[in-house]
Amino acid sequence: MTTVAELPAGFADKVLSAQTTFRSVMDAMARPGSVQRVIAESGAPASLMRGTAAIALTLFDHDTPVWLDPLLSETSDVAKWLKFHTSAPVISDSSISSFAVVGDARALPALDRFAFGSSEYPDRSTTVILQVESLTVGPAFELRGPGIDGTAVLRATLQPADLFERLAVNATLFPRGIDIVLVADDAVVAIPRTTRLVAKGD
Amino acid sequence: MYVAVKGGERAIENAHRLLAHERRGDREVPELSLAQISGQLSLGVDRIMTEGSLYDRELAALALKQARGDMIEAIFLVRAFRATLPRFGASEPVDTGQMQVRRRISSTFKDIPGGQILGPTFDYTHRLLDPELAEGSKPEAPATAEASAATMPRVTDILGRDGLIEPSPQLDANSPVGDLTREPLSFPADRDLRLQNLARADEGFLLALGYSTQRGYGRSHPFAGEIRLGEVEVEFMAEDVGFAVPLGAVTLTECQMVNQFKGSATEAPCFTRGYGLAFGQSERKTMSMALVDRSLRARELGEEIVAPAQDEEFVMSHSDNVQATGFVEHLKLPHYVDFQSELGLLRKLRQEFSEATVEIPEPMQEAAE
Amino acid sequence: MNAPVYNFAYLDEQTKRMIRRAILKGIAIPGYQVPFASREMPMPYGWGTGGVQVTAAILGPDDVLKVIDQGSDDTTNAISIRKFFARTAGVATTTATADATVIQTRHRIPEAPLHGGQVLVYQVPIPEPLRFLEPRETETRRMHALGEYGLMHVKLYEDIARFGHIATSYAYPVKVNARYVMDPSPTPKFDNPKMDNCPALQLFGAGREKRIYAIPPYTSVVSLDFEDHPFTRYRFDAPCALCGAGDSYLDEIVTDDQGSRMFVCSDTDYCEGRQAEGHRGSESAAPHKERPHG
Repeated sequence: MTTVAELPAGFADKVLSAQTTFRSVMDAMARPGSVQRVIAESGAPASLMRGTAAIALTLFDHDTPVWLDPLLSETSDVAKWLKFHTSAPVISDSSISSFAVVGDARALPALDRFAFGSSEYPDRSTTVILQVESLTVGPAFELRGPGIDGTAVLRATLQPADLFERLAVNATLFPRGIDIVLVADDAVVAIPRTTRLVAKGD
Repeated sequence: MYVAVKGGERAIENAHRLLAHERRGDREVPELSLAQISGQLSLGVDRIMTEGSLYDRELAALALKQARGDMIEAIFLVRAFRATLPRFGASEPVDTGQMQVRRRISSTFKDIPGGQILGPTFDYTHRLLDPELAEGSKPEAPATAEASAATMPRVTDILGRDGLIEPSPQLDANSPVGDLTREPLSFPADRDLRLQNLARADEGFLLALGYSTQRGYGRSHPFAGEIRLGEVEVEFMAEDVGFAVPLGAVTLTECQMVNQFKGSATEAPCFTRGYGLAFGQSERKTMSMALVDRSLRARELGEEIVAPAQDEEFVMSHSDNVQATGFVEHLKLPHYVDFQSELGLLRKLRQEFSEATVEIPEPMQEAAE
Repeated sequence: MNAPVYNFAYLDEQTKRMIRRAILKGIAIPGYQVPFASREMPMPYGWGTGGVQVTAAILGPDDVLKVIDQGSDDTTNAISIRKFFARTAGVATTTATADATVIQTRHRIPEAPLHGGQVLVYQVPIPEPLRFLEPRETETRRMHALGEYGLMHVKLYEDIARFGHIATSYAYPVKVNARYVMDPSPTPKFDNPKMDNCPALQLFGAGREKRIYAIPPYTSVVSLDFEDHPFTRYRFDAPCALCGAGDSYLDEIVTDDQGSRMFVCSDTDYCEGRQAEGHRGSESAAPHKERPHG
């Protein structure tokens, strides 16, 4: 059994680390497809990437129910760490989660398992944080939408392979929808619900 | 040559200095102490605690001193401080049935178990200015008697035993009590949020709304079932130790209004409730609150919403004096650019109007003057 | 006594998290008003508490902050807010639009084009563009949900019928990303076109009304109008009396009690910058005479 003393640390400087991490996520969300870096240092359970850990410490708290995918809930390490550092309730019902953290992106559940929000309150939706292999190397994804001057190209190695096809639901449901934050180590890319795939290349 | 206005920073500093000077008043006169304010202007302090949503007499007294006696400014100071405090959790519900009662009256029964207790009240004072209070007054020591061992059941509990009043809604342990300082308000709002809003609401606003219900704007036929004032214990459930830990006692005023019946083909008619609760001795506030609470239950009780006091969106959106005073007073801020835009439009419209209109004959112009 | 202790940028971390989450949702749903649990701030509601909370939630020690009110860095409320952040967050402040990373504004958008490294934070009094047509939140929320904006078009059309023009000169409604009708805050409609396809991120904070909304960079922002009554900007038709600018929004200054007026740039930084470059207007000091044109 892990005791509190054995849990990996959180941010050394809570205030400023949260601020810089938030600005990276905000810039990512405001400029879909652009790669932002998380510079804040923190401990993290083995299955959480640096970027994911920093985002959790920045945005999660007792007001945000969090859903963890099977990989991250394999042991209680992640749940315990999150609970200790953020007080966020870890829940098993993904459809009422504020955040979903997906450690193994191949096992991303169907998007309709998450909250899309309502037409009156489209903000009451799940933000999905997806850990992927690379956000700099891989096939090209040409994107357009608010935050993008014309089109933007993201090169990424990511699962599931049909992620953007699945995200087409965002076009149908808008303003309801799912916002995605992709993380690869310290790199962060956001795909808000307004971003559309124009073309996919090699 | 025209030079744009500068030196605002200096002006602000000087204004603050002047404000501090005016606040102090005549320096030949002793400065007010917080103990004096808290002890001798205690009802003002009570109101600041209630509408400021923070039970701290000393801070409320400081706020009143800093605000030069302006109640809403003092409430604002307390609220702004409260907003920065960390939150550890919610206390256990206080039990006003166990109140150490100092005043308790009912207008529904001549005598009740535990009796009617007038306590410290203005009610039967004759409102004659008292020159003896001007300085050096030495009031008599209060009369005392043996504390009564009798229990003091709430009048609504007495009515409730016979089913004459609707049961008080029971706390659902699974549904946390809402908090409009933590979650943005959305409509329709449940009674927990409405009562929180009313508890923080401006006393004058609630007084006027409550009064309007008595005059026919959403009449609900109220009786003051009971008003009680006294001290209750506040307990906090400490998860670590597994039991409720007493935090201390607070002074509360509670008002339970007994109102017109509800009933249906399947349900026997019974009285309905309106509830008011405030820190300290705040009777006008709690009575007004109870009237408005009852009015706002129109939707739940299937009553037609016809009056302002029944309209929860209207009442809850305008009850907060810190919000209201901010927005009313913001009209003091510069609006040069939007005003300029309006001026431009108005001049254009007037020019087009005069071009389109035949010249007004001279005599008519004179007649208009 | 519980002596107050305040956090970096005043707000406690829990409040910042809540506001930050609302900002992210706002960016993801351009023009949609995200409800947030606005806090009591140490300045009155209606005086920029929404903008102050947004700024406090994003500001870091490396930021350079500019605060303007009516386009000017020197109005008392701008000074008061700038001082608040200099004191509580220790950030550098500037009056130069180009040097700022975060610009908090009331009622204006700077004249100088904004760039991608900047965030413009608007103070918003009434975030709901439909509020004056329908006072009920429950109703306006439904209209936004359905994208049902007929009421707004009816209002604008009634203006045309009565006055021959759309009689809205500030807080002129816009449609964002072809979906949400949005209140741009009480900026003069002169500023509306600057919001469209802007490289900077635009964030809007309404403290008393407890709403945050956003326009991401490079997002379409269209002022509502009709084909036969297209949207037009308005500025008083004169050059700035100090810098001679013919493209800036102007303040009207009453110079005496005989009806004399002069018009000067409302954006003080823009005006001073132009004067420093040698541009001159009719009321400029001596250098005006030494330079043949400006």
